Amino acid sequence: MNANIHGSNLILKTVLEVRDLTVSYGKVEALSNANIKVGEGQIVTVIGPNGAGKTTMLSAIMGLLESRGKVDFDGTIEGVPVVERMVARGMNLVPEKRELFGEMTVEDNLVLGAFQRHRSGHRDHAQTMEEVYQLFPRLRERRSQLAGTLSGGERQMLAVGRALMAKPKLLMLDEPSLGLAPLIVREIFRIIGELRRRGVSILLVEQNARAALQVADYAYVLETGEIAMEGPARQLADDPRVIEAYLGLGGKHQEMLST
Amino acid sequence: MKPMFSPRLILGVFLAVLAVAPLVLSSFYVTLLNYIGLYALVALGLVLLTGVGGLTSFGQAAFVGLGAYTTAVLTTATELPGWLAWAGGSPWLALVVGLVFTAVVALVLGSLTLRLSGHYLPLGTIAWGISLYFLFGTLDTLGGHTGLTGVPPITVFGFELDRGEELFYLIWLFLLAAMLTTQNLLDSREGRAIRALKGGMVMAEAMGVNTARSRMIIFVIAALHACASGWLYAHLQRFVNPTPFGLHIGIEYLFMAVVGGAGQVWGALVGAGVITIAKQWLQDVLPRIFGQSGNFEVIFFGLMMVIVLQRARDGLWPLLARLVPVRATRRELDAAAEALPRKPLPAKGEVILEAKEVTRRFGGLVANNNMSLSVRAGEILALIGPNGAGKSTMFNQISGVDTPTSGEVLFLGRAVAGRDSREIARMGMSRTFQHVKLLPTMTVLENVAIGAHLRGDKGVLSSAWRLDRNEEARLLNEAARQIERVGLAEHMFDAAGSLALGQQRILEIARALAADPCLLLLDEPAAGLRFKEKQALAELLKKLRGEGIGILLVEHDMDFVMGLVDRVVVMEFGEKIAEGLPEDVQRNPAVLEAYLGGVE
Amino acid sequence: MDFQIALLLGQDGITNGAIYALLALALVLVFAVTRVIFIPQGEFVSYGALTLVMIQAGAIPATVWLLLGAGLLAAALDVRLALRAGQPGRLVRLVGWYVAYPLVLVALLYTLPVKDFPMIAQILFALAVVVPMGPLMYRLIYQPIAAAPVLVLLIVSVAVHVAMVGLGLLFFGAEGSRTPPFSDARFEMGPVMVSGQTIWVVVSSLVLIVALYQFFERTLYGKALRATAINRVGARLMGISPALAGRLTFFLAALIGALSGVLIAPITTIYYDTGFLIGLKGFVAAIVGGLGSYPLAAAGALLVGLLEAFSSFWASAHKEVIVFTLIIPVLLWRSLRGRHVEEEE
Repeated sequence: MNANIHGSNLILKTVLEVRDLTVSYGKVEALSNANIKVGEGQIVTVIGPNGAGKTTMLSAIMGLLESRGKVDFDGTIEGVPVVERMVARGMNLVPEKRELFGEMTVEDNLVLGAFQRHRSGHRDHAQTMEEVYQLFPRLRERRSQLAGTLSGGERQMLAVGRALMAKPKLLMLDEPSLGLAPLIVREIFRIIGELRRRGVSILLVEQNARAALQVADYAYVLETGEIAMEGPARQLADDPRVIEAYLGLGGKHQEMLST
Repeated sequence: MKPMFSPRLILGVFLAVLAVAPLVLSSFYVTLLNYIGLYALVALGLVLLTGVGGLTSFGQAAFVGLGAYTTAVLTTATELPGWLAWAGGSPWLALVVGLVFTAVVALVLGSLTLRLSGHYLPLGTIAWGISLYFLFGTLDTLGGHTGLTGVPPITVFGFELDRGEELFYLIWLFLLAAMLTTQNLLDSREGRAIRALKGGMVMAEAMGVNTARSRMIIFVIAALHACASGWLYAHLQRFVNPTPFGLHIGIEYLFMAVVGGAGQVWGALVGAGVITIAKQWLQDVLPRIFGQSGNFEVIFFGLMMVIVLQRARDGLWPLLARLVPVRATRRELDAAAEALPRKPLPAKGEVILEAKEVTRRFGGLVANNNMSLSVRAGEILALIGPNGAGKSTMFNQISGVDTPTSGEVLFLGRAVAGRDSREIARMGMSRTFQHVKLLPTMTVLENVAIGAHLRGDKGVLSSAWRLDRNEEARLLNEAARQIERVGLAEHMFDAAGSLALGQQRILEIARALAADPCLLLLDEPAAGLRFKEKQALAELLKKLRGEGIGILLVEHDMDFVMGLVDRVVVMEFGEKIAEGLPEDVQRNPAVLEAYLGGVE
Repeated sequence: MDFQIALLLGQDGITNGAIYALLALALVLVFAVTRVIFIPQGEFVSYGALTLVMIQAGAIPATVWLLLGAGLLAAALDVRLALRAGQPGRLVRLVGWYVAYPLVLVALLYTLPVKDFPMIAQILFALAVVVPMGPLMYRLIYQPIAAAPVLVLLIVSVAVHVAMVGLGLLFFGAEGSRTPPFSDARFEMGPVMVSGQTIWVVVSSLVLIVALYQFFERTLYGKALRATAINRVGARLMGISPALAGRLTFFLAALIGALSGVLIAPITTIYYDTGFLIGLKGFVAAIVGGLGSYPLAAAGALLVGLLEAFSSFWASAHKEVIVFTLIIPVLLWRSLRGRHVEEEE
C-alpha cells in the first residue's frame, strides 16, 4: 500500500513537503516527527481527534510556532519558517479562529489580504477582489459592514476570501466547517472543490471527517501528535480504523457504525 | 561531583562577614554598605511586587520620602498639632506613624489602580511620584528645597546610634528581617496566592483566591519596606531634602530589583549592591571621560537594563547562584498533621446542579440555545458534542465565568449568576481547565495546595513570622493526599511544567479535589491523553463517583465517555440534540450525524 | 482674575493642549500597535527642539552621531541575520539605510551653510536627524523582545528614557534654549492678542491630526497598522510583520515627537529633560482615553493643557502637582467604568 501511495504522489509536482516536523511546548511534545506531502493542485486533508495536534501542525508549517524539522515549500527548504516570508512566497493559512479584523470593514479586510502582494509590486487587488466577490457574492453585499458584525458562516467566507486575496499557491484551512450549520458547511466544501479546479493546492484540517475525505485526494490521520495512518482519501474513508481513530470509538461501536 | 554547601552554612558565613564588617572596614565602605542595605530594603519590596507579582511601581522613592519626611517632621517639629503631639520627638513612634501613613496612601493608590489592567499601576506611580516630589519641594512646613535639618539619632535602649558604624547593624537587621519574612511569606498559603498573580489569575480566582487582595497586599508591603528604608535614611543622614525621593531615584530602585533578579529575595541585595557600587564608580569616572559634570551614569544604567531585559530577564542572581553550589532542600511533609475538616457531601442522588433553559447570545450569534441539564450527587454526566457545538460556552455559564442571556443555573439550589468565581468555589464547585492552567515553575505539591486555599485562613502576618506552620502542614498534607489519590505521588516535588500534558491534566484534577468539592467540572480532561492514561483517569473518576461527588464532564472523545458515565447530553449548534443513557445516545442517528459530519 | 486673563490662559492652555494631544495620539498609537508604553516619547520632543537649536547655532547636532552609532549597530545585527538566512541581496539595502543615510546627513551638515538656510530647511534637517531614530530604536531595543509582557516593555521604555535623558545632557548641555518664532505676527481676536506662533502650533497640530486620520483610513499601510492593533496574529497571516508595523509606528511617533518639539521651542525654554514632563502630560491625556481611544485622548489633552494654564495662575508653585494629581480622579473614573481581572498575556 505504501509504495502505491508514493507512486501516486510522485506523478505530481510537490508543493509542500514536511519532514520530521516536531513541536514542543516546554517539555511536552505536541507534534512528533510528522511527515506530509501536498502535490500541486491536490487537496490533502489531515483529520484526527481533538487535541491530536492538527492546529499545531499548521501553525508550525506557517511559522506561527517554533518547530524542528524541514518544511520544503515550492522547492525551497525553510529551516525555520517565518510567517511573513511564507506569506510572501505564496502560503496562506485560514486559522481556526479566523482572526479577522473585527473593527474594520469587510472590504478593508479583503484589501489587507493583498498586503504582501501589494508590497512586492503586484497592484492587481481590485481584480482579485472581483474574483473573490464572484466566489462569495454574500461578501459583496456586506462589503461596507464591519467584520465583527458578520454571522459565523460569513466570517468563514471572509477569512477564506481574505486568504485568496493573496493568490496563494498553497491554501491551508484549519477546521473551515467549525461551528457552521450544515447548509453552510456544504457551501464551504463546494468552494474548496472549486478552488482546486482553479489550481490552488489545499491542505485541509478537518473534524468533519466524512466531508473532508470526500473532497480530498489524499489523507493523513493524526493521533496524539503522531501520524497514525495515511492513504488516498477514498481508501481511508472506508477504513474502519479511521472511524475508530477519528472518533475514538472502541471496537463495539465500530460494528454498529459499519451497519 | 561539585561540593555541595548547605544553605545554612552559607547564610552563617554571610552573617559573620556582615557582623565584623564595620569593625574592619573604613568608614567609606561602611557608608557604602549602609546605602546598599537601605536600597536593598526598597528593592526587596519591588522584588515581591514586580518579580513575583508581575506588577510594578516607579514611585517607591516617594514612599521612601514619606517615611523620611514623617520622621523628620515629627522628631524636629517644635509644635505639633494637638492630635499628633503624642508622636513628637521619638523616632520609634515616628516609624509607626510613618508606616501607618504609608499604608493608607498605598491602599488609596492601590484601590484606584489595581482594579485596572497591569500597566495603570506603574503609570499611576510615575504621576504620583512626581507630584509628591514637587510637593516635598514646595511645602514650607517641609522646608522646601532645602529640606529639614537636625533630625535626631535613633536610640535603642538608651543607646544613641549616631555613627554610621552603629546604625549599620540596625539597617542590616531591618533588611535581614524583611528578607526572612518575605521568604517565609512566599512559602505559605498567602504566598502561593501571590505567586499565582503572574500568569495564573483566572485559575487562582477559580480556586477561591482573591487576586485583587493579593495584589494589594504586595503593593502595601512594598510601600512599607520603602517607608522603613526612608525612616532609617533620615536618621542616618540626620537631614532630609526632596532630591533622593524623585522619580529618577524611584526608577533606579526598579533597576536594582530587575538587574539583581526580580523574582528572588536575594536578587534585591545583589541588584542594590551592583547598582550602588557601579554608580559610585561611574560618577567618578564618567565626568572625566566626557569632560563635563552631570549624571551620565544613567546612560549606562539605562542601556544595562535594556540588555539585561533582552538577554537575561531573570537578572543576575540566578547567574550568581549557579556559581555557588547550594544543596537543594526538599520540603518535609508532616504525615502526622491533622486532616482538614470536610464539608458534608449532599446525599447521593440529590440534584446538585441544574441548568434551566440557558440561552447565551453573542451579538447575532446564538452560542447556547435553551439548554437544560442537571447533575446529581454521585453521578457522572457527560456533555458531549463536536468541536464548536457550544460546550465551552455552556461550561462557562455553569461555572459562573459567563452569565446567560436568559435562563438560569442553580447550584445547590442557589443561582450561580452574579456570583464571582471565588464564591462559587466556596460553595463546593471546583473545576479544571481545557487549556491546562498551572504555575509551571512551582512544584506539583504547591500547585495542588492552591486548590486548598479556601480551607485555610492564616494571613500575611502569621505567614511572615511562621505562625502558620500547623495549618500549612495540614494544607500540604491534604495536597499530598490528593496527589497520591490521583497517582502522581512520584512527581510530588517536580516542577509542574516538567510533567507530560496528560499528567498536567491529572494534576488539575488533584488541585480541584483539594478544594473538597461536591461537584467537579472537568473541561475535556481526556484530550491529549494516551490510552493508558485515559483508563487511569476513568478509574479515578469512577472512584470519585463512588464517594458521592457529582461530576460534569465536557468531552469530545466519545469512547472515553461511553464506558464511564451515567448519562449523556449531546450538543450541536448550541442546542441539545439528545439526552439519555450512553447506549441509547450512541445509536441516535442525529448524534452520529453530528460526529461524523453529513455530506450528501 | 478677569475675562481678559482667562482668555489669555485659555489660549496658553489650548496651545499646550494641542501639543499634548499630538503626543497622546502617538502614545495611543504605539501602545495599540506594539503594546509598548512609550515613555521616551518626550525625549523626541527635546531632541527635536534642541537639534534645531544646534543647527541654527551653526553646530553639527550631536544627535547625528547617535543616529550614526545606532545605524552601525543595527546594520551589524541585520547583516549578520541576512547572512545567516542566506539572503546577501538584502545587505546593500540595509547598509544603505542604516549607514549611508546618516553619513550623507553628516556630510551635508558639514558642507552646506545650513545655519543661513531658511527656517523651514533647518527644521527639515532637524527632523531628518531625529525622526529616523524612532524606527532604529524599535529595531535595536524593542524588536528583540517584541513578545515580552507589557510590564517588561514598560520597564525597558523607562530604561530607554533614562539613557536618552543622560545622552541629552551630554549632547545639549544643561542650559535651556529657545528658537526664534516661526512668525512674529500678532492677531487681534476680539479682546485678545493671539501670537502667530500659537496659530502655528494649533493649525499644525490640526493638520497633522487630519493627515494621520487620512493615513489610517485611506492608505494600505495605515490600514495595516490598524489591523496589527486589532489582531496581531491576523495581521501576521496577511504578511504584515510586527517588525514592519513596529518600525512604521515608531517612525510616526518620532515624527510627532520631534515636530512637537520644533513647534513649542519658540514658546517654552527647552532643556535636555523638558521633554519628559511634556510627554508625561501627553500620558495623562492618553490615560483619559484608556490608552485606546483617540478622541478621548485628544479631549484629555485639552483638559490637561487648560488645567495647567489655569493652575499656573492660581497656584503656580503647585502647577505640576495639580496636573499630575489629575491622574488620580482619571484613574478612579476609569476603574469605575471598566472592571476586569486581566490575565497576563
